[in-house]
Amino acid sequence: MTELLEAPVAAEPKTIEKVAIVVSHGSLEGIYPGLIMANGARMEGIEAHLFFTFFGLDAIRKDRYEHIKVATVGNPGMHMASLIGVLPGMSWMATKMMSKQMEKLDIPPIPEFIELISDSGGKLWACKASVDMFGLTKDSFVSQVEDVITVGDFYELAAGGQIIFT
Amino acid sequence: MTTMLIAERPVDVDAEGFLTDPAQWNDEIAEAIARDAGIVELTPRHWQVVRFMRERYLTSGTAPTIRALGKESGVPVKELYELFPKGPAKLAAKIGGIPKPKGCI
Repeated sequence: MTELLEAPVAAEPKTIEKVAIVVSHGSLEGIYPGLIMANGARMEGIEAHLFFTFFGLDAIRKDRYEHIKVATVGNPGMHMASLIGVLPGMSWMATKMMSKQMEKLDIPPIPEFIELISDSGGKLWACKASVDMFGLTKDSFVSQVEDVITVGDFYELAAGGQIIFT
Repeated sequence: MTTMLIAERPVDVDAEGFLTDPAQWNDEIAEAIARDAGIVELTPRHWQVVRFMRERYLTSGTAPTIRALGKESGVPVKELYELFPKGPAKLAAKIGGIPKPKGCI
């Protein structure tokens, strides 16, 4: 038999204690926001988990994470006609310009950023559904990745914290 | 801004307890702020980070990023978080008597 007793009123939490950030895009501008938020969380002493799914996996793939590019096609934020965006070298150039700008602000390149977040105690996870879909294994990823986990596992990790989708 | 008594000295602090005038700082104040933040004793490694933060702020006008701290203070990022679990850059700045770092990195 269960009985509902008068539950104590929990005090409103004044701070965020944990964040679980989903990174679902594989372009430079799709990956950085999640990394900056995870690092920023650790800087505040907040527990941080990063869950990489779909093309977001590129951020932690050994064969790709050094070659992440800005999307110059289908990206209205570029304020550039897509017809120009398809020209050879456009994505390379936009990536180079943005990387230079970020270096000025002391924002590290993706491989170094992944290492920084991991060293800071942030945990990196790969989404099992995407890993299976792309025919990858845990070995496809950089050493900082903790494991390949299911969505259910992710929710368990995120329990009690905030989930941010990027 | 309010005036607070830290290590028996009146100092000006912001709402979060960061000193607003780095000149009012001394080692005893650093130790008191550290204790208040849960660091019982400042080890030589803590001091290395705190002095680096402070010096960088006083010479350049901005506190270093966590990236710069990890690369240039002589204390790697992993150890920084062991020394200052609640956020190395923020806490070292507070202990070092400089304003709260403003950057996102």
